[in-house]
Amino acid sequence: MPSIQELEKTASQIRRDIVRMVHAVNSGHPGGSLGCADFFTALYFEILEHSTDFSMDGKNEDLFFLSNGHISPVFYSALARSGYFPVSELSSFRKINTRLQGHPTTHEGLPGIRMASGSLGQGLSVAAGAAMAKKMNGDSKIVYSLHGDGELQEGQIWEAMMFAAHQKIDNLIMTVDWNGRQIDGDVEDVLSLGDLRSKFEAFGWEVIDMEGNQMQNVVDTLRFAKTKCGHGKPIAILMKTEMGQGVDYMMGTHAWHGVAPNDEQLANALDQLEETLGDY
Amino acid sequence: MAKYEYTEKKDTRSGFGAGLLEAGKRNPQVVALCADLTGSLKMDAFKDEFPDRFIQAGIAEANMMGVAAGLTIGGKIPFTGTFANFSTGRVYDQIRQSIAYSDKNVKICASHAGLTLGEDGATHQILEDIGLMKMLPGMTVINPCDYNQTKAATIAIAEFEGPVYLRFGRPKWPVFTPENQKFEIGKAITFQEGTDLTIIATGHCVWEALKAAEYLEETENISVEVINIHTIKPLDEAAILKSATKTRKVITAEEHQMNGGLGDSVAQLLARKLPTPMEMVAVNDSFGESGKPEELFEKYGLSSKSIIEKAKILLAR
Repeated sequence: MPSIQELEKTASQIRRDIVRMVHAVNSGHPGGSLGCADFFTALYFEILEHSTDFSMDGKNEDLFFLSNGHISPVFYSALARSGYFPVSELSSFRKINTRLQGHPTTHEGLPGIRMASGSLGQGLSVAAGAAMAKKMNGDSKIVYSLHGDGELQEGQIWEAMMFAAHQKIDNLIMTVDWNGRQIDGDVEDVLSLGDLRSKFEAFGWEVIDMEGNQMQNVVDTLRFAKTKCGHGKPIAILMKTEMGQGVDYMMGTHAWHGVAPNDEQLANALDQLEETLGDY
Repeated sequence: MAKYEYTEKKDTRSGFGAGLLEAGKRNPQVVALCADLTGSLKMDAFKDEFPDRFIQAGIAEANMMGVAAGLTIGGKIPFTGTFANFSTGRVYDQIRQSIAYSDKNVKICASHAGLTLGEDGATHQILEDIGLMKMLPGMTVINPCDYNQTKAATIAIAEFEGPVYLRFGRPKWPVFTPENQKFEIGKAITFQEGTDLTIIATGHCVWEALKAAEYLEETENISVEVINIHTIKPLDEAAILKSATKTRKVITAEEHQMNGGLGDSVAQLLARKLPTPMEMVAVNDSFGESGKPEELFEKYGLSSKSIIEKAKILLAR
C-alpha cells in the first residue's frame, strides 16, 4: 500500500505527463486533467481492486468509466503508469495510427478502456448497466465513474440518476469533478447547477463531499464511499477541484480547458512539477 | 391461383415477442429492457418468464441505450424495446458512441416502424430509421417481412455477436413464410424466380411485391423475380447482382424514405458494379399522417398497385 507521500509523487509525474502529452501535439485538454490527477492517482494506485491484465468483462474486478472523455491525458497517464500499457506509448497521444485517440475509445483496443466517451452525459448510464450486470452475475465488486460538472447539464445524466436510485444500484460510486468551470466560462454563469447536493439527495443518492486536490482526503473519502456500498442507494462524490491544479498560470481560470502550452509555458509548468518516476 | 397465400394475419411485433421469449429460454445471458411500452412491444411473456432479466427503464430512452451498453460488459445480451422513432432518432448519439463505436453487443429492437403505425400519425411514423442505422459503422440492420420471419430473426440475432438494429411493425399483416424457419443474417431469400424484372423488397412491402408479381405474370405475362432482402446491412450483394444480371431491370420496395433506405443501398451497389435501370417504391421526401395502414400504403405509393405502375414504367424504358 503506497503512502500518501508516494501517491503525491505519482500524481506529480502524472501531471508532468499531461502537460508534455498536450504540448507535443499542440492539442488536448490540460485543465481538467490536472485537476483530476490526484483522484486518478488515488483510484488507480490505491483504491481499485483491479487487474492490469485487461479483460473487457472485468469479472470480479472493480471497474472505472470516464464519462468526461476529454480529460483523456490524465486517464492515459494513470493507465500507463499503473501498468496497463507501456509508458512510452504516451508519446503517441492524438497522433495518427495510434491507440491513444483524442478521446478514449475501445475501438483501437487500448487496455483499460471499456467504453468510448467524449460526447458528454453518457457514462453514468453505461456505468449503471455494468453495475447491474455485476449484481446479476453475483459479482460483489464496485463500479466507479467520473463526470465533469458542466457535463451535468446533459439531460441523460438525470435520467441515469433517477434510474440508478430506482433500481437501488448500490455498487456504483459516481464522482463529479466540481471545478466550477466549463469552456465558455464559470458553470455558475453558463448554466448554474444550483444546489447540487440537494438535487442529488432529492434524486435518492447518498452524497459525499471530497477535497479533490488533497491526497489524504481523496483516499479517505473514496475508502469511506466504499463502506456506503450495499445499502440500497447509489453513491455520489462531489469532488471540489481546481482546474489546472499544479501549474499556477493554468489555475483560477477556464482558459486552459482545451488549450495546449507553448514551449516556454511547458518549461514553466515542468519547473513546478517534480519528475518522480521518470518522464516517458 | 395465387402462388403465395396466407391463412392468417399477425403483427410482426408479436413475432418479436415470441422470438425474445425463445431466445431467453435458449440463453440465460439474454436480458430485455423496455421504455414503458412492454405491452406494445409484446415483451410481457419474457417479463413474466424471466422477471429478474427484465429491466423497466421508464420513458428515458437515452439512459436505456447506455444501460444496455453497460450490461454487455458483464456478458449480458441486452435487447432494448421501444418504438422505432425512439429507438433511433431520439437516441442516435447514444447508439453511435456507447454502442456502435464502443463495439457493444446490444440488440436494438424497434416496433411501430413506418406508416403502418397508422392512426397515431407522423410524429411516431419514422421513415428515416433504416438510413440512420445503416450509416453507423459495424451496425447490422434487419427488417423482417412477417410474423414468422421476425420471430426467427429475433432468435438469430441473440446468437450473433455485435450491435443489431431489428425493425418491425404494429399492424396485423399476412403471414406467408414458414414457421420455425432458419434465419440467416445477410442472406437474401428468392421467393420466386423470373427473367424480365426483379423486385427487391423488405418488411411489409414484401407481401405487396408478391401480389404485384402475381398480377404482372397473370395479366401482362411478365416473368418476375421476387427477392426478399431482410438484412439491409450487410447487403447480400451477390444475390442482387446475380438477379440484376439476369433481368437487367430492378425495382425496390420498402416502407421507408427513398433517401437512405434499401433502394438507396441497391442503387449504390448497381451503380458501382452493374449499372441497371431501376425504379424505387418508397416514401418520397414526405412525412406521413394519420389513417389506416392500407389507406396510407395507397396514398404514399407503397402498395402493390404502385409496384405494378413502376414496373410498367421500367419495362417501357
